[in-house]
Amino acid sequence: MTPDGTAAPPSADAAAVRTLELTKHYGASVALSGLTMVVPRGEVFGFLGPNGSGKTTAVKLLLGLSRPTGGEAWVLGRPAGDRQTRSRVGYLPELFRYQGWLSAAEVLGLHCRLAGVARSEWPGQISGALSTVGLTDHADAKVETFSKGMQQRLGLGVALLGNPELVILDEPTSALDPVGRADTRTIIRHLRERGCAVFLNSHLLGEVEQICDRAAVVADGHVLAIGRLDELLGRGGVRLRLTGLTDVGRAALARRGTLAEHDGWFVVDGVDAGAVPDLVADVVASGARVYAVEPVRQTLEERFLSLIEAEQARWQR
Amino acid sequence: MAALTLARLTIREAARRKLLLALAILTLIVIGLTGWGFQHLSTITNPDGSQIPASELRLAVSQVLVLVEFMFSGVLALSAVVVASPAISSEIESGVALSMLARPVSRYQVVLGKWLGLGALIVIYVAATTTLELIVVRATTAYVPPGPVGLALYLSAEGIVIMSLTLLISTRLSGMTAGVISLVLFFLAWIGGIAGAIGQVFGSVGIKNAGTISQLLLPTDALWRGSVYELEPVLYRDVLGATTERAGNPFFVQSPPSVAYLGWAACWVVLIVSLTVWSLHRREV
Repeated sequence: MTPDGTAAPPSADAAAVRTLELTKHYGASVALSGLTMVVPRGEVFGFLGPNGSGKTTAVKLLLGLSRPTGGEAWVLGRPAGDRQTRSRVGYLPELFRYQGWLSAAEVLGLHCRLAGVARSEWPGQISGALSTVGLTDHADAKVETFSKGMQQRLGLGVALLGNPELVILDEPTSALDPVGRADTRTIIRHLRERGCAVFLNSHLLGEVEQICDRAAVVADGHVLAIGRLDELLGRGGVRLRLTGLTDVGRAALARRGTLAEHDGWFVVDGVDAGAVPDLVADVVASGARVYAVEPVRQTLEERFLSLIEAEQARWQR
Repeated sequence: MAALTLARLTIREAARRKLLLALAILTLIVIGLTGWGFQHLSTITNPDGSQIPASELRLAVSQVLVLVEFMFSGVLALSAVVVASPAISSEIESGVALSMLARPVSRYQVVLGKWLGLGALIVIYVAATTTLELIVVRATTAYVPPGPVGLALYLSAEGIVIMSLTLLISTRLSGMTAGVISLVLFFLAWIGGIAGAIGQVFGSVGIKNAGTISQLLLPTDALWRGSVYELEPVLYRDVLGATTERAGNPFFVQSPPSVAYLGWAACWVVLIVSLTVWSLHRREV
């Protein structure tokens, strides 16, 4: 469950985020329970969970906006909430609101100042952020005239100021159209290319599947699974449409993985991609005629739902 | 420093939201109207057509001026409460505070920035209205109160006191609730001050002590009385004020607040601002 989340001491090490049994209670209500994880620098990390699972609580704890009731957390090698470290962290809140009476450029200027960006760098930082999030033509427009999507783009621009080493994005595409979502994925990939870690809080699983290196699944304040995406999704399989399958052919399929039949397809789970040509050759040699061969992979959504269902079943027991 | 950035932001918000413009226009209208009134006051005569003695006219002008400044003091207190009550709470409720507090900014800097910005607005408003009003009064009646600078200082201090209290409440309660609580306390302190003066006149130790306690808990009324003192003609204070019977009059003050009391008022503000810092520091956003 925690591949490298053992009780290592804090240090100026490579981890962008490290938590150890991080816990938050609000009275009797458990918002987060024993979160232990490591997010290496330069990695895009997906933090997945249904609404109310503790994702935003975890983010607030990492930023020092909220205090833990148990456990510890370090960000960029320093205790979570450390003031100086926050100058190296960008943050787009789930509840993104900025001073409506300021223009987009003025909001970015304010955050340059608060983030401690050198004054000489402000013009470049502001124009760069505006250009990256596609708001250059709206630089002087008041934020109160922006749509929600434009405000979220502005929030993303704010999070990019000061060349952060870690960017925390809490549901960054909740108000964006498909074009905005694609733009956000591009921005996240660019951040990874320049070595910036991205902590992506989301329940949009397709999005996470496209851009994240690793992910954690949380529900009811507990971590259900954590690891690389391919580890989380399993080895996958292959499905074949064929006729004339003999017992020999059936045995050849069963030797490679778990065999099942669905809607006229023969599905073999647990087959490595490299073994597929040999599997097909064995089936053909057994006398069967092969019309189609397709890889089968569990989607993140399917994996996510199975984890959540298993957790619910565990609680019901 | 982040506090100065946030102070400038507070002032800028007041300007952008046209608060300063609205106050400036309304203040100019009020000062124009009071100028017209003072002009008429300076030309009135006795029923038989004889001139009113200069000392009596000066007394009348000073009393009307006290009432005008009382109005400005009320406007100042209400405005300070209305502007300060959502200053922290609304930013937390709306989410504006989230991205700002995630920056390398201490919460004491946030409180200090808001306090400095709002304090500067109060001082600007008091300086502008007091200066203009006294110029108009001097031009129309030739009356100059004995302590114009003291007047501005007392009024500013009164505004800063009620603003500080509102800011403290705003760290925990919604802007609307913080505003209502502050205004109720402001008027309670005013009534408490009057009650204390009446207790003094009638020799009631209990009522007098209640007034003193209210002035210690919230120094707005005592500071208002300091500004009244600075407006009164010296002769009026010395001769007519020598009797305790006038002490119950909320628009007459026999003596200014003591140095010890002013020291307490300063400590009070420091204490309230410190509590505000502590309260916001403990608050989870």
